[in-house]
Amino acid sequence: MKLTDIQNKVHSTFFKEHQKSLYQSLEDKHTTLEELDDGDPLTTKMVLNMGPQHPATHGVLRLVLQLDGETIEKCKLDIGYLHRGVEKIAENKTYQEFMPYTDRMDYLSPYSNNVALCTAVEKIASVEVPERAHYIRMIGCELARISSHLLWLGTMVMDAGAISFFIWTFKEREKIYDVMDRIAGHRFTVSHARIGGVANDLTDEATGAIKEFVDTFPKELKDYHKLLDRNRIFFERNEAVGVLKTEDAIASGATGPLLRGSGFGLDIRKVSPYLRYNEVEFDVPTRLEGDNLARYYVRMEEMHESIRIIKQCLNKLPYGPIRTDNAKQAYPSKDEVYYSMEGMIHDFMMTDTGICPPEGAECYHAVESPKGELGYYIQSDGTGHPWRLKIKAPSFSNLQVLENMLDGEMVADTVVIIGGTDPVLGEADK
Amino acid sequence: MSLKLTEALQKTVDSLTQTFADKVIEVYQSSGDTFIRVETDAIIDISNHLKNELHYIYLSDVFGIDRYTSEERFEVVYNLLSLRDQTRVFIKVRCEEENPEVESVTSVWPAAGWPEREVYDMFGVKFRNHPDLRRIFLPEDFQYYPLRKEFPLLGIPGSIELPSTTPDSD
Repeated sequence: MKLTDIQNKVHSTFFKEHQKSLYQSLEDKHTTLEELDDGDPLTTKMVLNMGPQHPATHGVLRLVLQLDGETIEKCKLDIGYLHRGVEKIAENKTYQEFMPYTDRMDYLSPYSNNVALCTAVEKIASVEVPERAHYIRMIGCELARISSHLLWLGTMVMDAGAISFFIWTFKEREKIYDVMDRIAGHRFTVSHARIGGVANDLTDEATGAIKEFVDTFPKELKDYHKLLDRNRIFFERNEAVGVLKTEDAIASGATGPLLRGSGFGLDIRKVSPYLRYNEVEFDVPTRLEGDNLARYYVRMEEMHESIRIIKQCLNKLPYGPIRTDNAKQAYPSKDEVYYSMEGMIHDFMMTDTGICPPEGAECYHAVESPKGELGYYIQSDGTGHPWRLKIKAPSFSNLQVLENMLDGEMVADTVVIIGGTDPVLGEADK
Repeated sequence: MSLKLTEALQKTVDSLTQTFADKVIEVYQSSGDTFIRVETDAIIDISNHLKNELHYIYLSDVFGIDRYTSEERFEVVYNLLSLRDQTRVFIKVRCEEENPEVESVTSVWPAAGWPEREVYDMFGVKFRNHPDLRRIFLPEDFQYYPLRKEFPLLGIPGSIELPSTTPDSD
């Protein structure tokens, strides 16, 4: 379909240049195919705009699909509807001040994002983190992973046609929210990690809640397996749909479960262990098929592994401080702030100036978030604000893969494939 | 400053400095990460060498840095991961403030497509031979590059068309 044909039918009222270049780029995508089928007497071809407000696009994702009957000939993605410019904001905030913004990046697993920022700042400023804080962070990260995968499971199964499943996974997510409430004092955007440790220690109540969740959740997971693993409809919708070959996955930069579902077991927790992941035992689930079903198995097994990690962390949880006791690097404890003059001054200084990494230092630190490799690059100019802070968002990489993965698929499978990719637009759009 | 390199990284650095003796400008480490700055015009040759000879087949990210008052203002950084050796290396190139241009590495790593569009969107660095160089987050109608240091935090009023607040009236 030619650009002029599209423009005759679509009358953009808004961002006209943008719409024009988007359709132009759709026309330009592998033009060789285009020349073969010039002339379309049956008018089976059409351009379908899906999103940005479609309920199954998992946020504000817009797809421009060129269809031939029911087959997607080619597809272009338009993102940026949730762009807030967090990297610009970061340059004008202290490191600790920026942390609540990271909660709102991948809002399905805020804890991983907090930890990603903190570990990067700790690396650039050489902050020692106490042993107990490492373990508390690991527990938080793995709970966040389960929470994120539960939302993926619910929505993905809903995309494939089973509505009630969404409510069951949300029942479990609700329990994780309650656990997070007890750990951090917030249900959703936790902001629990601090540079140099965590905000507060686990109370007995919180530990009890985590233990209870860890004991009851495997049973629920078993029920999910029972419902889906031999479900004919679920299989028909997902098997051999959205196939991504290993070499394509690596070449196009897929990350997280998308890459592991395509047969390459890359996990940052194993490649460059951070926190104390080298001291716990866990496997990296990997599948070879590369279709949507493989991604389902990978994420389900990851939830099992997360439970395994949390159990080991609870057993190993050492006693001791939860934040580094260096007033130049981390907030002093509230006891100190309220009852000593130095504590008050240090608290003020931390809020006002914050931690200052050495001038000219740069670092990159990545963690394995539920969506894949989440990395923070920080360049310091010696002040309390970063000179440049770059977020390598896994959803962004995976959406780029999605753009080419959709070519040649059926239009009815689009939502299932998006569900299997599990993008979060808050993170992809920065 | 002496470098503390693992065996695999040492091999990478040696191989690059030998093959491209006059193209590698500096190799340095900061907070445990290894950065290699190279000549801008050699980026395609070096990328091919890294991918084919040294197994850096996975490009995790491309991003830009604004060095503002310094010479050669913009810097483009390639974040590479070797899946065989499990090492990470950063390749840097610099370009001028006036009409910044870098050769696109999408022919070597297709994964560079979107990240390069992001660098273009945020800093205005153009990538030659990029298959689809459009803005990625902001609309094409926007004329500024927001991550440049001179762009104000509050934005520029009137720089972006906003929907009418009374949709019924045209």
